[in-house]
Amino acid sequence: MSTKEWPLWEVFIRSKQGLNHKHVGSLRAADSTMALDNARDVYTRRSEGISIWVVESNYVHANDPADADAYFEPSDTKIFRHPTFYEVHEGIKHM
Amino acid sequence: MKNEALFRYLLRLGDDSLILGQRLAEWCGHGPILEEDIAMTNISLDLIGQAMSLLDYAGVIEGKDRNCDKLGLLRYEKEYVNVLLVEQPNGDFGDTIMRQFLFDAFRKPLYERLVNSSDKQLAAIADKSLKETRYHLKHSSEWVIRLGDGTEESHERVQNSLDTLWRYADELFYTDEVEAKLTVEGILPDLSGIKAEWESTVKYVFSEATLEIPVNNWKFEGGRKGRHSEHFGHLLSELQYMQRAYPNMEW
Repeated sequence: MSTKEWPLWEVFIRSKQGLNHKHVGSLRAADSTMALDNARDVYTRRSEGISIWVVESNYVHANDPADADAYFEPSDTKIFRHPTFYEVHEGIKHM
Repeated sequence: MKNEALFRYLLRLGDDSLILGQRLAEWCGHGPILEEDIAMTNISLDLIGQAMSLLDYAGVIEGKDRNCDKLGLLRYEKEYVNVLLVEQPNGDFGDTIMRQFLFDAFRKPLYERLVNSSDKQLAAIADKSLKETRYHLKHSSEWVIRLGDGTEESHERVQNSLDTLWRYADELFYTDEVEAKLTVEGILPDLSGIKAEWESTVKYVFSEATLEIPVNNWKFEGGRKGRHSEHFGHLLSELQYMQRAYPNMEW
């Protein structure tokens, strides 16, 4: 019996029209066809989605957590980047 | 009884779904991989859901106050009319997939015709079940191809599954006075093309899977008349246990 493990896949589900695909988890499968079937069976049993993407985890590149300070902290002090310095005129809704 | 032929036909459809659903449920917690464990139990639940609709409707036609629970869980062995194929033991994963594939390839063209039944309730059940069955067939054919055209071991094992189960396939096309009467009444649309469609599906998938269709002409049948294989009693004892031990229990 072969002991080779199937590759890992990341699963993204679009819950309804107009929304983005969102990462929901991962699974193992021999190829993309099986990955899509498995994603359908594991992650959409309760009507969670209308569209599925699967991406082999190998192809996902992530930043090095050791660089997190350099990557993310500098933006913490740049509050002027948030659009909170505008006065909203009366009568404007949905802001 | 409003229409005995319709009652008997609904039992045939309902029992096929119920017994195959019960067999697949036996895989719960034992699947070869987590994802497949969930896939098989999803399919099991689809089939048991179809059985509930079909047997509930059979009970209405019968008019003796029997619902899907009474019909599904409290008949005696000889009163079940499922084909022998669906009661065959799960065996290994390849056996289960092969049994499923032979059945799905039959059920899809059947439902595609039943959606045109003049009986609105039957047509509605077929319409809902057809969507489920299309996925079942996609799933089982992909696995047959994967195993058949896989490693030397998987090929050999799934070829054995086919050799063992092939003799049960012909019973899927069993018809008698029940179907004849319903066809005359217009409740059953013309079902004559189903076998040709089934043959073309299995030939295509087996050629992709590099599997050989067995040449023997030995066929088993009897399920439609209530004559079952020895495995069936064991299946029923598990299926019926709760209702026999605790009559009328609900949860």
